Amino acid sequence: MDTDQLIRTLAADNAHRARPVGFALMLALLAAAPVSLLMFFTELGVRPDVMVAMHNPFFNLKFAVTLALAIAAIAVSLHLSRPEASLRGFGLLLLAPVGILAAAIGGEMMMPQRLPMMTRMVGKNSSTCLVAIPLMSLPLLAGALVGLRHGAPSRPAVAGAIAGLLSAGLAATLYASHCTDDSPLFVAAWYTIATALVTAIGALAGAKLLKY
Amino acid sequence: MRERDDEWTGLMRSAIAGDSAAYHRLLKAVTPVLRAAARRGLARAGQPVDQSEDIVQDILLAVHLKRHTWDVSAPFAPWLFAIARNKLIDALRRRGRRIFVDIDDFAETLPGETPAETASPGEVAAQLQTLPARQRDVLQAIAVDAASIKDTAAKFSMSEGAVRVALHRGLASLTAKLRER
Repeated sequence: MDTDQLIRTLAADNAHRARPVGFALMLALLAAAPVSLLMFFTELGVRPDVMVAMHNPFFNLKFAVTLALAIAAIAVSLHLSRPEASLRGFGLLLLAPVGILAAAIGGEMMMPQRLPMMTRMVGKNSSTCLVAIPLMSLPLLAGALVGLRHGAPSRPAVAGAIAGLLSAGLAATLYASHCTDDSPLFVAAWYTIATALVTAIGALAGAKLLKY
Repeated sequence: MRERDDEWTGLMRSAIAGDSAAYHRLLKAVTPVLRAAARRGLARAGQPVDQSEDIVQDILLAVHLKRHTWDVSAPFAPWLFAIARNKLIDALRRRGRRIFVDIDDFAETLPGETPAETASPGEVAAQLQTLPARQRDVLQAIAVDAASIKDTAAKFSMSEGAVRVALHRGLASLTAKLRER
């Protein structure tokens, strides 16, 4: 097939309209979410004292951090799905959850505490956290990658890493409602390690799957 | 250069709005620019320039299948050159060379510089043979025999909708095969 013939064929297919990447990403995440939710409710569940915990600002701040991460990562991944886009400027969005977390740590420092700092950071649930967040992320990461395949990122590994952040942020939001460690120090230590792991998996998978 | 970019952007807007003739004109207009850049990239990597047509076709397929990622309020050229650059780097890497491709390779192409197509391209044509029979027949009828969707539907006793689906699926799986090779 010579190039003129190919051009004629492409023009004949002009009527075909692909859905925007944001729509594809949303559908894929909605399809993946029930799997993660099922994992959460069968294995973990919401902590029993949730009604009391909701009066603790540090319990609520966990959601501010994880949701800020998820939302910022969704915005950045949609931006990066355009071939001419780069992380510059937009990448700053990803600092939002870091800023909230830093402010929360500062806030906690200024309040009187019953437990020493190290005890709060080490917490009681670190091993559950390190297993649960990555495992619940995996279906969401798969969904995010399927959705983002509709895009055309110029750096697939970076786009995959952002998909990892996105799915870790969503999975950590679920996990935060189970975990009884509410100290921002615990979040900064263990949630971060779990998120880094998912991000690395996302980068590796993205390098393969998000090439267009 | 500015005029050329504005013309391309206008054509692409019309294409997205459903004007297939504008789309055809646009693809025809960008091809010489892509070809010149592909040749320059190949020459600089010490590769035979007669492979440029494979790269051009690769770029055109990507442009077609990813055009929904173009923002209609943005200029078309930067988007096009980003895809072209990506595909050119891919092609050179596959040929075992790592090379830095400058975006200016695309932007700086002079209007008069319109090299003609050289060797008959192999890769798309070769992958075409591996498609399911129905997709291959439809693609060939439209590409080689220049048949319309309507004529193709009549020829294979398919509905026009089925021809459109086979056409699009054929193009998508061609691209997937090219990517996996």
